[in-house]
Amino acid sequence: MAIKKKSKARSSIPTSSMSDIIFMLLIFFMAATTLKTVEGLKVKLPRARSIAKLDTPKQSVLYVFVDRTGRINIQDKIFNVYDISEVIYPIRRRDNVLTISLRADQETKMGIVSDVQNELRDASALKVNYSAKPK
Amino acid sequence: MLGKKKRPLAEIPSSSMSDIAFLLLIFFLLVSNVDTDKGIGVVLPPPGDSEIKLNPKNITMVLINSNGEVLFNDRVIPVEEIARQAQELEAGNPNMVFSVQTDRKTKYQDYINVVDQLTIAKVKKLALIGTPQ
Repeated sequence: MAIKKKSKARSSIPTSSMSDIIFMLLIFFMAATTLKTVEGLKVKLPRARSIAKLDTPKQSVLYVFVDRTGRINIQDKIFNVYDISEVIYPIRRRDNVLTISLRADQETKMGIVSDVQNELRDASALKVNYSAKPK
Repeated sequence: MLGKKKRPLAEIPSSSMSDIAFLLLIFFLLVSNVDTDKGIGVVLPPPGDSEIKLNPKNITMVLINSNGEVLFNDRVIPVEEIARQAQELEAGNPNMVFSVQTDRKTKYQDYINVVDQLTIAKVKKLALIGTPQ
């Protein structure tokens, strides 16, 4: 009667493809990290003590680069100081919580930074974050 | 002659491969996350030249010249002193407005140093006055 035909299930997880999966992930992150570094202008950020993490979600942050020669870069395009408000105003209208991350070089002259700030005020982009590195 | 050739194993040991890959993976995960945005948050005044009459008693002028020297209420003080002095003034008068004014040739780092000091002092009212053209 009782036919004893117990089929034993294999109890081991196949691990041979594991390293392939990990390698794929590794290659993905390697590619992702190199992609990130090419955007914007090369700036040496100022140093400060009382810095905090930006609390705005990443899609609402607009980076404004100002390098030591006074060149201004927004979304990978070089702009004249007096065109900034026209560029930023449409973005600001679409996004209520838009935060400007001002990535200016430590050697930048305040004249140009002040002009940028006045343009930001004209565009009603009032939330500004002075990007800095810890001291 | 004895024909007993011992063949060496023709296999690369692959058991440690995944460990190496794991280590590299973790390294790149960490490195790619390092570049988070940090800084000092400020809110600019709304557009338009709004002239607000303030009691001169409630204003502290902070001037920075092109050499990075700071004039705090008509006295030259070292930058590191600002936080302490600002805290004292704020404790004495909660309505105190700190008005930061710079020269057009002031370095951005010098300006950040002063704003940093005022942020350390937890100043509530910070006015950033545009430099004259």
